[in-house]
Amino acid sequence: MKKILRLIPFLLLTIAPGFLFAQEVEVAAAAEAVDQVAEVATTLDSGNTAWMLTATVLVLFMTLPGLALFYGGLVRAQNVLSVLMHCFAIACLASVLWIACLYTFAFSDGCSWLGDLQHLGLRGITAASLSGDIPETVFIMFQMTFAIITPGLIVGAFVERMKFSAILLFTALWLILVYAPVTHWVWGGGWLQERGVIDLAGGIVVHATAGISALLLAKFVGPRADFPKKLHIPHSPGMVMIGASMLWVGWFGFNAGSQLAANESAGMTMLVTHISAAVASLTWMLIEWKKTGKPGLVGIVTGMVAGLASITPASGNVGPLGAVIIGFMAGFICYFACGIVKSKLKIDDTLDVFAVHGVGGIMGTLMVAILGTAAFGGTGVDDMVGQLATQLFALGVVVAWSAIATTLIVIVCKFTTGLRVDKEVEHTGLDQAEHGETAYHFE
Amino acid sequence: MKLIKAIVKPHKLEDVKEALSEVGVDGMTVSEVKGFGRQKGHTEIYRGSEYTVDFLPKTMIETVVEDDIVEAAVQAIISAAKTGKIGDGKVFVLPVESAVRIRTDETGGEAL
Repeated sequence: MKKILRLIPFLLLTIAPGFLFAQEVEVAAAAEAVDQVAEVATTLDSGNTAWMLTATVLVLFMTLPGLALFYGGLVRAQNVLSVLMHCFAIACLASVLWIACLYTFAFSDGCSWLGDLQHLGLRGITAASLSGDIPETVFIMFQMTFAIITPGLIVGAFVERMKFSAILLFTALWLILVYAPVTHWVWGGGWLQERGVIDLAGGIVVHATAGISALLLAKFVGPRADFPKKLHIPHSPGMVMIGASMLWVGWFGFNAGSQLAANESAGMTMLVTHISAAVASLTWMLIEWKKTGKPGLVGIVTGMVAGLASITPASGNVGPLGAVIIGFMAGFICYFACGIVKSKLKIDDTLDVFAVHGVGGIMGTLMVAILGTAAFGGTGVDDMVGQLATQLFALGVVVAWSAIATTLIVIVCKFTTGLRVDKEVEHTGLDQAEHGETAYHFE
Repeated sequence: MKLIKAIVKPHKLEDVKEALSEVGVDGMTVSEVKGFGRQKGHTEIYRGSEYTVDFLPKTMIETVVEDDIVEAAVQAIISAAKTGKIGDGKVFVLPVESAVRIRTDETGGEAL
């Protein structure tokens, strides 16, 4: 019985594309005609297109291999391949799901809760289709890379103990139930966007959703066997730094690319993104130096990630001063958040996804209401209190929905694939047991 | 014949090898090991969590020598490996029953 239940999700995923491509729907045709009338007015801007093509490449690079290496170096040597595999497989899975149904759910008109099916399977989109003044294909690709990295972030919560099949199933369901709807609400013309929420590149859509889902998933999967008494040190701090460096470089595509244009806004976004990263890194480094006596490499790059996650929602509105403030707050708050989640909440969010991405993203999403005002050298925020209320409301709703959906998905996984590997497998490492490979052979 | 087993700090390997060569010992087997004695492990801190590392990397040198140079060999190892700081290591001497050179079938002292 369990075997049949396990097959159902995978069958659905394989049968679904068949239906997508087979049908013509009248509503889609009518909507398309309206779209095309509207699009006749704009023409392709090759400068913007060139930048967006590049930004897409940079954001994919963040996942492959940036995030993969960043996480890979933090785990034990016997688990590094499993982490690289998670990131790679999730990238592939998210890509297929994106063109199958996620893009249409996220960015088609539909209602304020969810896009409709007009672009199911990218129906109706041709090489000539435009999204604003860039080809729609490029917009699809750019947004796809966000859908790729977001579930990739969650990997950090359950490394070294979650079953590969469960990870694939969780990712697929999470993208459909959490990522696509939230993207629609905030970026796809949905109800939060209509309320005026500010989230340039994903403080809410990427970091808050992934952060809270990671925290809950870590709780449901349970801690590593030796947590918290006996922990394993990162097997390759050098690999961590290499991955983190790729994240920094790629993040310019993530934030500046979210301006969807090669213009002055993109320039300012790039500048403030960088400032936040640098300030957060130094802040973390100095705190660690003071508290432990030694400034560590893993620490400084973690500070960088915190700074980048925090500036993500705010990078379209804050100025350099705002970036310095956000960077400082990120380095400070996320440093202590790591300790709180592990020792106070006693949750083994192994690679601190919530403490760094969740807390950072949430902080930045709130701070943009303050630092986006002219008083702080920002742009676009006139009503600080009103904006703060909107940001808070949006975060509340998204966090709540992510939590509910994650819980439901976990239940499905529990009864189909199962969540955890055997204790024995956990001790000897996932690489050999789940993937039949070993990372390091010393001969 | 005696088997001399010496556990020393890894960076002392070259010095020990040269000192043994000076007393006429030109063959040895070396392995990378880890362990502890009175020198306990240490703690590393990553992202606010403490990790204890109990075992420290050491190098083990094994060499079989004739009885008449055991004393000289042991002294050579000790003076080459000593730093005076904790964790210098230990030297053990064990009896060896027999030895054979695989290529030529020589036995006993001829095999060393």
